Amino acid sequence: MSAGTLVIDTEACKGCELCVDACPPAVLVMTTDRVNARGYRHPELLPGCIACKACTAICPDFVFQVYRYHPSEEDTR
Amino acid sequence: MNEPRFLPVVPTDHPPACAASLVHDFTPELISVGAHQLCPGCGEPMAIRAVAEAVAELGLTRSCIAVFGIGCSTAFSNNLDIEVVQALHGRAPSVATGITRMRPDVTALTVQGDGDMVNEGLQEVLHAAARGERITCFMLNNGVFGETGGQMTATTVLGQRTKNSPEGRDARHHGHPIRLADLVATLDGAVYVARGAVDTAVNVQRTKRMVLKALQAQKRGFALVEVLTMCPTGWAVDTTRSARYMADHHARIHSMGVLKDTGGGRSR
Ligand SMILES: Cc1ncc(C[n+]2csc(CCOP(=O)(O)OP(=O)(O)O)c2C)c(N)n1
Ligand code: SF4
Ligand code: SF4
Ligand code: SF4
Ligand SMILES: [Mg+2]
Repeated sequence: MSAGTLVIDTEACKGCELCVDACPPAVLVMTTDRVNARGYRHPELLPGCIACKACTAICPDFVFQVYRYHPSEEDTR
Repeated sequence: MNEPRFLPVVPTDHPPACAASLVHDFTPELISVGAHQLCPGCGEPMAIRAVAEAVAELGLTRSCIAVFGIGCSTAFSNNLDIEVVQALHGRAPSVATGITRMRPDVTALTVQGDGDMVNEGLQEVLHAAARGERITCFMLNNGVFGETGGQMTATTVLGQRTKNSPEGRDARHHGHPIRLADLVATLDGAVYVARGAVDTAVNVQRTKRMVLKALQAQKRGFALVEVLTMCPTGWAVDTTRSARYMADHHARIHSMGVLKDTGGGRSR
């Protein structure tokens, strides 16, 4: 179901939401009930990431690490 | 008590346990890890990232000197793992000229804002380009003096608002904007001139290719890449609307693309 996944450094996020607009399959959503230590909402990942790196290209605060699953793993996620 | 969860959120606080490759890491190699103090949604960090990544990819890390102008991006000058010289406002192309003339083995680049390059130091960049100095200049163009609180600059386009010109630029009172890259492209000493932008992920990738080309062109003469960057604070526009605002205003007049690429050894 997902070709890849992320590690999100939520504490580095400043809540600008550029990543949410940039994500082609729209699998990033901002928290509505939690903020980080500096008071910013941050993105969370839903299933369906395609490991395209659009979020990390646009993020001003270097919040993302992008992983691509090896082909054998892909079918099972 | 567990909070109610309506969405099937994927855990993202640790790397995946199964077989997977890291295809993009948090912070580029040459930028020190840790939060920088630029505003939420600022476009300048993406442009700096493109420059830092390009320097590393071309193997120039130990043979490159970056000359920083004055502006918000100056925050990165003590955050980079390359040699940095701080210039006076607008004078970075002249400092870079001195560096490459004394040390032709060094790749000299400048990082400047639009206020720095086009208002404060226009003649520095024009003469350096006309002389065909072997330097590469990067201009982060947000159409506003960001650091000093949002004043209009020489690149602000008609109708574009800034914090101290909320009605937008009006030609009757403020005159017309200067298209710096277009101006530099007319000078014979310039071998590579392009204008990129960081409003979309695709444009960030395009800009990165321009940055690589500009650094390689330095062997032949003067190179410039202007990068259009969002300044939600200085425009008083919400971060979620600032990329769109840039495409609708700034980028209409300062259009993206490669304006000049001599590709050969025409200039000295
Ligand atoms: C000689 C001189 N004049 C004025 C200033 C004040 N000053 C500092 S930053 C700045 C504006 C920078 O604007 P820009 O180059 O567009 O960079 P941005 O902040 O938008 O990234 C000014 C006018 C200064 N530092 N030195
Ligand atoms: S890598 Fe692509 S698909 Fe995955 S979260 Fe980022 S933008 Fe979305
Ligand atoms: S683009 Fe980066 S800083 Fe902005 S909301 Fe997304 S993760 Fe946070
Ligand atoms: S004022 Fe503008 S250019 Fe400066 S850090 Fe804030 S958003 Fe970026
Ligand atoms: Mg500026």
